[in-house]
Amino acid sequence: MTTALRTVNPQARPRFSVAKPRKSVALTVVMLIFLVYALVPLAWLIINATKEQADLFSSFGLWFGDRFALWDNIVATLAYRDGIFVRWLGNTLLYVIVGAGGATLLATLAGYGLAKYAFPGRRSYFAVVLGAVAVPGTALAVPTFLLFSQMGLTNTPWSIIIPSLISPFGLYLIWVYTIDSVPTELLEAARLDGASEMRTFFTISIRLLAPGIVTVALFSIVATWNNYFLPLIMLSDPAWYPLTVGLNQWSSQASGVAAEPIYNLVITGSLLTIVPIVAIFLFLQRFWQSGLSAGSVKQ
Amino acid sequence: MTAATTRDEAMRGARRPRRDWKGWQFAGPFGVVFLVVFIAPLAYALYLSLFQNRLIGGNSFVGLDNYAAVLADGQFWDGFLRVLLFLLIQVPIMLVLALAAALAIDSARLYASGLFRMVIFLPYAVPAVVAVLIWGFMYGSNFGLAADINDLIGSDAVRPFSASWILASIGNIVTWEFVGYNMLIFYSALKTIPVDLYEAAEIDGARGWQVIRAIKIPAVRGAIVIATIFSIIGSFQLFNEPNVLKPLANNVITSYFTPNMYAYNLSFAGQQYNYAATVAIVMGLITAVIAYVVQLRGTRKEDR
Repeated sequence: MTTALRTVNPQARPRFSVAKPRKSVALTVVMLIFLVYALVPLAWLIINATKEQADLFSSFGLWFGDRFALWDNIVATLAYRDGIFVRWLGNTLLYVIVGAGGATLLATLAGYGLAKYAFPGRRSYFAVVLGAVAVPGTALAVPTFLLFSQMGLTNTPWSIIIPSLISPFGLYLIWVYTIDSVPTELLEAARLDGASEMRTFFTISIRLLAPGIVTVALFSIVATWNNYFLPLIMLSDPAWYPLTVGLNQWSSQASGVAAEPIYNLVITGSLLTIVPIVAIFLFLQRFWQSGLSAGSVKQ
Repeated sequence: MTAATTRDEAMRGARRPRRDWKGWQFAGPFGVVFLVVFIAPLAYALYLSLFQNRLIGGNSFVGLDNYAAVLADGQFWDGFLRVLLFLLIQVPIMLVLALAAALAIDSARLYASGLFRMVIFLPYAVPAVVAVLIWGFMYGSNFGLAADINDLIGSDAVRPFSASWILASIGNIVTWEFVGYNMLIFYSALKTIPVDLYEAAEIDGARGWQVIRAIKIPAVRGAIVIATIFSIIGSFQLFNEPNVLKPLANNVITSYFTPNMYAYNLSFAGQQYNYAATVAIVMGLITAVIAYVVQLRGTRKEDR
């Protein structure tokens, strides 16, 4: 059809096609507004992490101060109150590795099981888990706190890790991804060879699911790294705080009766908090973008 | 030919997973933790909401008294109407912006479209607390950009922490955090449109807006419904942003600014656990009903 048209009148057809239209300067310029909107707060953070506390007040927000104090600020942030920031970083890493790692494993196993096995109770299992997405997570926070405090779990890392282990979104994504990319024939062949179901999963299926697993892992990492509400209610001992709760405590130090503002440390601490998570996203973008597109196919 | 087809069908039948308990070894672990962190707290919240703990008389069953009290509670409705207003204004703005950005990036008419996609998404990776701290500083009168703008125009017109501005200030932060995430959801859905569809449209003489209206928007309808539901749930749960901004706008952001802040303050400042659980359940019910209605309407449109 297309070839026919082309031979009839090659000149009349525009040089660009559907797949490769002409680039538009106007559209690019309009979209630059978006880009600036996304970047201004991040630029503000980076610029102001280089200022001393006095410079913060005296200099223009989006330009550098008199003295470049980034290294001094980083050292001061890490050293403040016997290095509590480093402790919070370690806590955050613990919650992320155990919490997000566990969430990814559980969601992958369950999503895969739901997609490939007809076990008794499968339909209601799926319905209940997906229905749970509509339940506001924070609505559960208060009862979860009360339950955990009766079990003696509040103010321990478990109170953060256990609730992080469940990701209904992750389960859904792996379910979709399994249906699309793990052929049942392959599993049958492995079964005929005498491999157990778990062995088949860990030797064959897990490779086919890799982009989906990376996507689920990334979104679980973001969710646990950025978690604020849960640790806020579960933890009273600053030694167990993650970075988010700790930073907010530093920030609220600026007001109140015994005000001791440490704006430069809050700003530098914020910068140090987002650098790792942004780096992970940038490095792994190829994986999670393909994982996400697979997830949207079945919507 | 027919023999081959029937044999093929028989094979397919054999390949259909057998109905046995093997699947539970995969689904079991998630299920157990799910019971602990979802079902048990939900059941406990329901239990709490039916009781009252008084100084005299102790814990007693009160039926639906707590629910009646919540429904008659002015502070609850104050917070509820605030998040409803927030939701009706912020969510459409954010989703329209996200859709526009997704369409622009998908149109292949941008220079460096990969850069746009990545940078617009970037704020999603920033923890809400950090996002609010940054915007809070920028809004502030000490060393914020608001102060610089006011200096420039020689008045104090820009006051992000005043009562009339605060909801817009929070809306801006939430939009900044999530517009890129929603853009990516829409973009992923646009990417699944087969190229033949565009070619067919081109042969039919469809151009620009016609292609968007006739092909692209219908293709992302499912994604729009999902994004709308998630945004509604997020708005009704609004907590992090107002709670972190509270010290900066103390007289404007009350302890019952949103239903979630109300439930939080009831339990952790007031020790009124039963009442807080009731507030949480009422909010959860309203959210679930609205999410369900949106889904129903969205899918009905899809069928048409």
